[in-house]
Amino acid sequence: MIRVWLPSLFLVTWILSALTSPVLPLSPNEVQLPKVLAGPMADAWFGHDELGRPLLDRVVAGARTSLLVAVSVVSISIVAGTLIGMISGWLGGVWDHVMVRIIDVFLAFPGILLAIALAGILGPGIENVVFALAAVGWVGFARLARAQTLSVKHREHVLAAVAMGSGTGRILVRHVLPLIAAPLIVEATFGVAGIIVAEAGLSFLGLGVQPPEASWGSVIREGTRYMLVAPHLVLIPSLVLMLVVLSVNLLGDALRDFLDVRAGEAP
Amino acid sequence: MTRFLLSRLGSAVIVVLGVACLVFFLIHLVPGDPVEVMLGESARPGDREALRRALGLDQPVHVQLLGFLKDLAHLDLGQSLYSKRAITGILAERIPATVELALAALLVAVVLAIPLGAVAAIRRSTGWDAAAMTFAVVGVSVPNFVMGPILILVFSFWLGWFPVSGKEGLGSLVLPALTLGTALSAILARMIRSSLLEVLGEDYIRTARAKGLSELQVVMRHAMKNATLPVITILGLQLGTLLGGAVITEIVFSWPGVGQLTIESIQRRDYPVLQACVLVISLAYVVVNTLTDLVYAWLDPRIRIGDAT
Repeated sequence: MIRVWLPSLFLVTWILSALTSPVLPLSPNEVQLPKVLAGPMADAWFGHDELGRPLLDRVVAGARTSLLVAVSVVSISIVAGTLIGMISGWLGGVWDHVMVRIIDVFLAFPGILLAIALAGILGPGIENVVFALAAVGWVGFARLARAQTLSVKHREHVLAAVAMGSGTGRILVRHVLPLIAAPLIVEATFGVAGIIVAEAGLSFLGLGVQPPEASWGSVIREGTRYMLVAPHLVLIPSLVLMLVVLSVNLLGDALRDFLDVRAGEAP
Repeated sequence: MTRFLLSRLGSAVIVVLGVACLVFFLIHLVPGDPVEVMLGESARPGDREALRRALGLDQPVHVQLLGFLKDLAHLDLGQSLYSKRAITGILAERIPATVELALAALLVAVVLAIPLGAVAAIRRSTGWDAAAMTFAVVGVSVPNFVMGPILILVFSFWLGWFPVSGKEGLGSLVLPALTLGTALSAILARMIRSSLLEVLGEDYIRTARAKGLSELQVVMRHAMKNATLPVITILGLQLGTLLGGAVITEIVFSWPGVGQLTIESIQRRDYPVLQACVLVISLAYVVVNTLTDLVYAWLDPRIRIGDAT
């Protein structure tokens, strides 16, 4: 059970600190020059950064950024992707053919590359990060939703609904979506982990949120310049990021087993 | 087989065309006037018009797209706005470094993954298995931009074994390759394990055991060969993640490859170079994936012959 409650604990901490950070007595942007690069101590658990800002406060502020981006991107991607994939799989024919080609083209861009290019062209800022990551993120959901729709399209209850003259929208929402939801939810869980890393990656490259706003990626990037004298600036936010990503992945595994979704992809 | 070959190549061509079109439209996503963004607000109107004409932005979109594709077919990627040099020349300088890094990372991944996956499969449900799979889960969860700085801290700053950054000699390749290869090795180890477990249940493995071969011989000589087949496909698919990750890894280590060029071109608002970088990396991915599929079909008689009948 430790594989479930320990990651859950980390996630709850992450989400709670992200949600409550605006009302907590935090000062992530407060410059305290006497404390520049100070290591962890009693009144500042994570120490201070190169401007003397408290690292704990910045990490909590970064938690807010990552949660905001992850939730927005995954929600947009899953809604858009599922809609496109289901309609494509349901209609078939020319429309489906074209959709499959478009999905193939998007999948031909390696990993985060297209998001980097989009974020770089649109300019920095949290909205542009969300747009860039969602523009890449919908594809996985669309492919999965399409494959799943194809596999349940000819089930009896769906045929019965068609025979009874239900509208396409009603059939898709009432009779198809419930059957294909489980793998999509599992995919969304792993999607959250992927987006946390991607957002931090964009911010690490300087393409994400702008200073003085904090993101785990930008905090790590600023920390790398002072690694020799103040390694805690890199190690602590890295550890926090890894624990959150690891927790999401472990819970995703547990959820997959619980919902009994076969690993890998449907044809 | 011929039919499979043709259909696979056909879809590759369509994907390449689609990728080129999407990359073309990137420049139209620049907020406001791309020419103004590239030259800055203080540019003279004459210069702006010249750049607009040079980029073809004064023409209707479909004419621009056709021109772009035509230039591409002639391997003409245009000129860098920053250095005024031909982009193909700039890319030619950068591509070898990225290829070197990618190959080294693949090597790291395979060298780490095969023993890990094999041990986990042979000693299934033991501490060995648990340890190997823990590494796999953790390895996937460590992003490049975390792995890289930590490796630099330990092996460059504290131990002084490898250079911090740059590209000088083999020593400087070690840390970037480890950074890029670890995550892939974690994914591969998991694949090899499950693939081996499947193969180890086959009849011919029982036969090999029955004739008295040692477990090591059974796994390495008989099981591994068939277990690596599905892994090859994964390797091809994961190359995309590898190339995407190369951008971040190259930045961490100041590795003078295409990834670093990508970020430099963003910082300099040198959009033609950015387009070229995205195009080259994506095309490399498409080509490798197509080759992977073909090699897979060639290696596996079930696909090769099954398709012909």
